[in-house]
Amino acid sequence: MNQPAVEVRHVTFSYDGESVLENVSLRVEMGDFLAIIGPNGGGKSTLLKLMMGILKPHSGDVLLFGKHPDENGTIIGYVPQETGHNLDFPITALDVVLMGVLHKRNRIRRFDDTLREKARHALEKVRMDHASGRRIAELSGGERQRVLIARALCSDPDILMLDEPTASIDFNGQREIFDLLEELNKTMTIVVVSHDMSMVMGYAKHAAYINRSAVMHTIDSHTRYQIKQQLQGHEGHYCGAEFWQDMGKRIECTEECKHA
Amino acid sequence: MLEALQMPFFQHALVAGMLIAVALGLIGPLTMANRMTFMSGGIAHATYGGVGAAIFFGFSVLLGATLAALVAAAVISFIAFRYAHRADTAIGIVWAIGMAIGVILSDLTPGYNVDLMSFLFGSILAVGAEDLWYMALFDLTALSLVWYFYYDFMALSFDPVFAKLQGVKTQALHLLLLGLVAVTVVLAMRLVGLIMLIALLTMPSFSSERYVRSLGGMMLFSILLSMIYIVAGLFLAYWYDLSSGPSVILVAAFGTIVLFMMKRKVAR
Repeated sequence: MNQPAVEVRHVTFSYDGESVLENVSLRVEMGDFLAIIGPNGGGKSTLLKLMMGILKPHSGDVLLFGKHPDENGTIIGYVPQETGHNLDFPITALDVVLMGVLHKRNRIRRFDDTLREKARHALEKVRMDHASGRRIAELSGGERQRVLIARALCSDPDILMLDEPTASIDFNGQREIFDLLEELNKTMTIVVVSHDMSMVMGYAKHAAYINRSAVMHTIDSHTRYQIKQQLQGHEGHYCGAEFWQDMGKRIECTEECKHA
Repeated sequence: MLEALQMPFFQHALVAGMLIAVALGLIGPLTMANRMTFMSGGIAHATYGGVGAAIFFGFSVLLGATLAALVAAAVISFIAFRYAHRADTAIGIVWAIGMAIGVILSDLTPGYNVDLMSFLFGSILAVGAEDLWYMALFDLTALSLVWYFYYDFMALSFDPVFAKLQGVKTQALHLLLLGLVAVTVVLAMRLVGLIMLIALLTMPSFSSERYVRSLGGMMLFSILLSMIYIVAGLFLAYWYDLSSGPSVILVAAFGTIVLFMMKRKVAR
């Protein structure tokens, strides 16, 4: 069997004595699109931070491509939650993306033309090249999130890790982000923390339900296709209730779907 | 009206004001973006402990203030990382202890008669020629450090978690920044006063972030505003025989309100 992109083995973690994760084990295969789902406070973001090596497990191991996260080698493309907490800081979209190649600056710690070109290319990939000189505060939530994804891509990551990338974005913006992630998933492993079931079911290949412990689910391509059809059919709104209603309905498998 | 310019002490004060404006304009935007205003206040007030100690033990006030400010910066930076969730409480304690030590030690100094108020609120008479050299030297140091770490500071200010993932030594940079605040506090103390100068770190930065699109722009704009506020404040202090710190602060407050009214929203 191939080496997994992420392997979490019997990981336990607690904050100030309060247990957050207990004996969690899971594998993310290369090329997977894993969604980490579960209730608020259930440990989703903690698990992501453990995978990135920002937090250290109290017991158990996290391996990225067979190595511990702090061993050099693996580049993680991290996309944080878009909280808008630092929106007033004056910075252009291009300067944000350049942060993805911060460690590649030259001897006098400046970005050369190659790195700037790379940053512009990353903005093109997320279709935000028109906004490179615009201030980050001028962009919409969805546009800002795409810039943060470009920043992660700019560092040539081995894996993309996103923490609630669509938390404060409207429905169409969310769908655009997940469409983009699906496209990127053709060449890259993706782990995304999300509370939005409909998006997760429409796009992710696997879902890990985290509430102190982990339960893995596989989302087969038929379900994905069906749900994506539902998502495409809704303009501007698709709430949880509608989603479960759709799930309850026996979803007919169309010809197109069978070949998806 | 302008006979003030003939006076050597006022010339010193003006040059000192310009030099301090450069330091304030470079450091202010970084402290604001990193939410360090309260930490800077803690450093400024704790510095008074060093002033008191210098007077009591009879060594140079500049040395005492510098040591106290740097110690306070190190303690506060440590607290901010180690006890993040109660950092503001701890900083408030450092703030008051430093001040208390300064007042007690100067109370205990026999026959002491220097005007202590001038350290707290600034005085246009207090700047000596040698102070100008220290200020110029520090401006150069601050400028080089900010230039060298420009993108690291930018990343730290915008997204510290991502900066850390990119290999930026965020904790060291945080300490460096507070160290720069500490020296700025000591150098600006004579002219603007320990209690007053915190507002001078924040007000120009607050105004400029609305008008610019980069950290460098914010620094330039802040330097310019600081210069205008300090020069205007010093002239008012001379003409009407006022404490220089509060004069500068009130001019700055007026400027800040006008700029805020002109553009309430961040550049869009």
